Amino acid sequence: MHSNRYCNRIIVLPFSVLLEIRVKPDNSGVVTDGVKHSMNPFCEIAVEEAVKLKEKKLIKEVVAVSCGPQQSQETIRTALAMGADRGIHVEVAGKDYETLGPLQVSKIMAALAKKEDAQLIILGKQAIDDDCNQTGQMTAALLDWPQGTFASEVSLDGDKVKVVREIDGGLETIKISTPAVLTADLRLNTPRYATLPNIMKAKKKKIANVKPADLGVDLTSRLEVLKVEEPPQRQAGVKVETVEDLVGKLKETGRI
Amino acid sequence: VSNFRNMFTAAAVDGVLSAFRSICGDDGVSLGETVREQHGKDESVHRCRPPDVVVFPRCVEEVSALAKLCHRHQLPIIPFGTGTGLEGGVGAVKGGVCFSLRNMDQILDLHPEDFDVTVEPGVTRKALNSYLRETGLWFPVDPGADASLCGMAATSASGTNAVRYGTMRENVMNLEVVLADGSVIHTAGRNRRPRKTAAGYNLTNLFVGSEGTLGIITKTTLRLYGVPEEMVSAVCSFSSVQAAVDSTVQILQAGVPIARIEFLDEVMIDACNKFSSLSYPVSPTLFLEFHGSERSLEEQVNTTEDITQSNGGSDFQWARDAETRNRLWKARHDAWYAALAMRPGCKAYATDVCVPLSRLPHIIVETKEDLIESRLTGHIVGHVGDGNFHCLMVMDPSDQDELHRVHLFSQRLARRALAMDGTCTGEHGVGLGKRSLLCEEVGPSVIRVMQSLKDAIDPNNLMNPGKILL
Repeated sequence: MHSNRYCNRIIVLPFSVLLEIRVKPDNSGVVTDGVKHSMNPFCEIAVEEAVKLKEKKLIKEVVAVSCGPQQSQETIRTALAMGADRGIHVEVAGKDYETLGPLQVSKIMAALAKKEDAQLIILGKQAIDDDCNQTGQMTAALLDWPQGTFASEVSLDGDKVKVVREIDGGLETIKISTPAVLTADLRLNTPRYATLPNIMKAKKKKIANVKPADLGVDLTSRLEVLKVEEPPQRQAGVKVETVEDLVGKLKETGRI
Repeated sequence: VSNFRNMFTAAAVDGVLSAFRSICGDDGVSLGETVREQHGKDESVHRCRPPDVVVFPRCVEEVSALAKLCHRHQLPIIPFGTGTGLEGGVGAVKGGVCFSLRNMDQILDLHPEDFDVTVEPGVTRKALNSYLRETGLWFPVDPGADASLCGMAATSASGTNAVRYGTMRENVMNLEVVLADGSVIHTAGRNRRPRKTAAGYNLTNLFVGSEGTLGIITKTTLRLYGVPEEMVSAVCSFSSVQAAVDSTVQILQAGVPIARIEFLDEVMIDACNKFSSLSYPVSPTLFLEFHGSERSLEEQVNTTEDITQSNGGSDFQWARDAETRNRLWKARHDAWYAALAMRPGCKAYATDVCVPLSRLPHIIVETKEDLIESRLTGHIVGHVGDGNFHCLMVMDPSDQDELHRVHLFSQRLARRALAMDGTCTGEHGVGLGKRSLLCEEVGPSVIRVMQSLKDAIDPNNLMNPGKILL
């Protein structure tokens, strides 16, 4: 008899992003101290999709993982309030956190996926503060799992996953076997607001603490940030009196 | 260069302008025609009355300094939030200085455990609710437009959720107000936010609904609510207006804590169907929404269905998931545009009467008869749970006769509501157009009291002159 509850465990990776970007005075990076963090919008969509699959009784457990300093726990709590069952906080702080990038995170995810025996990993397609769009793809490569990225529709079909992907030319539908990595795009769903009773329940759910070293992951970065600078200041416009003036000015500045 | 009507020399005008610039910076003062026009009108039918200058203060200290300056030179002050009002409240009838508060956009002092938050005038209700997402809290007053919360306080706004969560009057706990002479007060005391108080005159609620005629609101402390565990919406059609409105009255009398109960007549539903690509039966309709735990919803829904069915209502059409529910309520909020779309090139005007619940069936039926007799295009939509409904009139701005008939119709409707112990404005405010009706509604002794309050707080009538009181 074929069980329709093939998928047992999904891991989601909600990341927190800065809500306000200011470049540090020495151009070495962006200011993170005292800036409000919030769950990355695409990660919210990923968590929502995982919780929806669990509500449809297609999977048994949703585990939320976040990598970072203490405040990453808040992001995990939000995922728990949305309906994830338990959390794993991978502690990365200080210098290591400043250089933590998609490659390191995907190594952590790959190690956790094996340890937790997950069938699906769902992430947001990219973080809105760095716009890398690499973690999902790298994780799939490290695990040698198929990937369904930019998903705008996900359905489970036995031991396969049907994914409708948003691509430049339109929509592409693929069928991949599990275990697999999916990344969530904007139109996949509308994430629920956490309700107070669920926030209270989330406080009782477990968050395990893990260090990258325990997972055998080396966090050294192969990238060195040389400089971060703001885009050039927008110049004020110039008003002209007549169309002839306009054409003249456009020619002057080499636009036509 | 614009002319400040009280000032007699160009030098005096220049003096004041450079003083403004020294307070809020060179780009914080605008004389541009387009900017002034933008700040001289709202979403009502009242024509644009641009101010002489628009200033953009960044903090309460700047608002106070600007107000002191205006006071010294006797310049009218018109506060401006998002310009989404419906009664011409921002028109500068005597010229003057528009204080555009959009750069004061901070959300301050959120206390989730106490269910309160303080916001500046540049914060809109959607911005606040987005900020609150992860706390499990929300601010439910929803007038449709993405309005400034301080502006909503100034006009005592309400919305589709008022039947369950109240209006701004019930949900503003404290205000920071800059008076016409520049002094800054906190109506309930600085930083105070107890859930209830018996301390002194209720100044907070004096300023709520004062439409900028008593002071400039620079902060409002709001009461927050827990996001409902579950929400479900439904649509029910009836064969008559009477049946739909009777159902509303009975649902409330049965004690169902219904979150939203909106009535749309067949003319309105037809317009909404066409505008929002829906296919509801074209007959008097109720849009309903229930909030609560899963078990509580079941009980609420069962009681409500019994009532609607006993009034001959159709089966409920359900909307359970967020996307379907949002589409439903967007169709309701788009009613204004849907009405306009029925007669392109026309303008729209909304009436806003509110009567005791038991009089609702009577007034709606009489109003529909009046519409037919007067040969007017009117769509009825409203928060029937509060006894409040809007007649969306669509009229050809070049047809003087039609405009005149609309005007007379609105006066008759307002007087009908007053005769039924109601009010001429449930939520839009008095603004420019309802000042005479206000006199009829409250009577001369009350107008005298209101005028003496105005004279005490703003003796020179600098604060938004020409509004509320004649």
